[in-house]
Amino acid sequence: MTVLEVKNLSVAFHTESGPLEALKQVSFSVPANRSVGVVGESGCGKSTLINAILGLLADNGEITSGEIIFEGDKDLARLDPTAMRGLRGLRIATVFQDPMGALNPVLSVGRQMRDIQYRSNLSKRDKDARSVAMLRKVRIPDPESRLTQFPHEFSGGMKQRIAIAMALMMEPALLIADEPTTALDATLEVATIELLKDLQRDIGCSVLFISHHLGVIAELCDEMIVMYAGEVVESGTTREIFHDARHPYTQKLLACDPARLSQRVARLPTIAGTLPDLRRRPSGCVFQPRCDRADAQCLTPPPSAVLGGSHIAHCWHADIPLGAMNA
Amino acid sequence: MSSDDLLRVSDLRVSFRVGGLSARLAGRATEIEAVSGVSFTLQRGSTFALVGESGSGKTTLARTLNGLQPVKAGTILFEGQELQGLSNTAMKPVRRRMPMMFQDPVGSLSPRLSVRSLLSEPFVIHGLSDRDLNAEVTRLLALVGLPRDFADRYPHQLSGGQARRVGVARAIALDPVLVVADEPTAGLDVSVQGEVLNLLNDLRDRMGLSMLIITHNLHVVRQIADRMAVMYLGRFVEQGETEAIFRAPHHPYTAALLSANPEPDPDRVHQRITLPADVPSLLARPSGCEFHTRCPQAQGRCAVDVPVPVAVGDSRLTCHFPLNT
Repeated sequence: MTVLEVKNLSVAFHTESGPLEALKQVSFSVPANRSVGVVGESGCGKSTLINAILGLLADNGEITSGEIIFEGDKDLARLDPTAMRGLRGLRIATVFQDPMGALNPVLSVGRQMRDIQYRSNLSKRDKDARSVAMLRKVRIPDPESRLTQFPHEFSGGMKQRIAIAMALMMEPALLIADEPTTALDATLEVATIELLKDLQRDIGCSVLFISHHLGVIAELCDEMIVMYAGEVVESGTTREIFHDARHPYTQKLLACDPARLSQRVARLPTIAGTLPDLRRRPSGCVFQPRCDRADAQCLTPPPSAVLGGSHIAHCWHADIPLGAMNA
Repeated sequence: MSSDDLLRVSDLRVSFRVGGLSARLAGRATEIEAVSGVSFTLQRGSTFALVGESGSGKTTLARTLNGLQPVKAGTILFEGQELQGLSNTAMKPVRRRMPMMFQDPVGSLSPRLSVRSLLSEPFVIHGLSDRDLNAEVTRLLALVGLPRDFADRYPHQLSGGQARRVGVARAIALDPVLVVADEPTAGLDVSVQGEVLNLLNDLRDRMGLSMLIITHNLHVVRQIADRMAVMYLGRFVEQGETEAIFRAPHHPYTAALLSANPEPDPDRVHQRITLPADVPSLLARPSGCEFHTRCPQAQGRCAVDVPVPVAVGDSRLTCHFPLNT
């Protein structure tokens, strides 16, 4: 079963200097019980994508085309605000980057965890018992006594674990995690990924995991999509993309990650050029102005090259594997 | 001090007062030592990296070197001059030689100043406004690889990488010998991170700079630093040559940090060292070896005896049972 299916989604923002196409024809799906990673650099449209799914686009933003099918029958792109509110928190939960910002500093953690269960008909005591069980699941030591404590009394890693506990409290079908480990240190980052993996298996939800950190995506996700300038340039299983990336942008992005270098190099690889102005998209392939493989063909819209299985690269020259580029 | 030593820090201690009168009356600790007996030497033309988790004292150490935080005890010897206890006025000429780049590329630039004003500011502050400032701005923009017309932009018109380049240009405006960079690539995309690190490496070679880099990104450390130190609760638990430490870490904490680095390979089998529990509070430092509460190798004596620094190969570390020896 597919929990979330995004079909040809385009989002535009109206700006003083004309419409800005932040997402263009984005398609992907999140199967049940799977983790899908979204990777891309600043300005690639990751946040716009989440906001479009959650119905939280800014006032000047508009879904211009496409569908966001959730649990097979609801199109989130057309859902009215009341019905959307009924889904958020209950069926679709979110964890954001900054754990401090997600918790109210003047309310105890127990109070906040009780409040979030406002839809359930449990008694106060049963709600607290659920909170304790959830805190135990995210490995907060001694959870009973910590319910009365306030967010500032917890460390950064614990706060993020509490935010995760709150998000998963209602056992949602989909957890959207927006850079949840970026603000954490390396040891905590790894612990949080392990925790998310275990909880996902435990609760049986799907995860849409947004990150610019390739290593984190590689560890956590089964499938992934790579975004550039508001478009999906490549998608497939995590293994396919990390071992056999075919889109020149994905290949360059992977090459740039210093984690792939096993020794010191004289010059670190970079991607020359800058993101295009999304009010004036380049014609044809969006990556063409920065691509060393670009030729006349690339001035026309690229095909979806199917590379076997679910692996797709939107490129005219998707036949050149990763190793060939380094040689 | 050998002639190659640019900076020598000996047994440096920096503390902060915490809690008020009530804490003092209740007999609770009122002082935390954020930097607690740190010693290291930085040689001319080399790059030294400080790594450690949030709250380990990296930034406090850097700020103290720059005179932004008073020294409680210990010495800082920079180009043969003792810096501890110097007044702000006396520190001013030192800061020309030892500029600092702060975290947050955009946030560390005043939003109301143009790039031209931002790059002229160091000259004005140090009484050098008689120089041809326009020429200096053009020179600096060229050095950091930004087009000349960027002089008229404001910080909000810059991308993260461009803002970081302006930060670098400000740091190298006068006559620096040592650049102290606090998380120079945090918040930057990987493709831009490489650009900034290449730029720093270039400037080091071209201008003969030394650098002290603070970061928690270990991959960055490996690419840029000759030597590194790992901080835990305000102390160095291990310091030595970067490559040697990456090949064979001796301190269990260093080993755990290195193993915690997520690698971009879904098939990699991780032999990960998971650290239990959270970082202890500086108000209640553990007894014996301060890492024993989280150390997978800890034995009975670790909770009792304070380990003394030992040399293993080229590294110095504080551990009773070092690894890979």
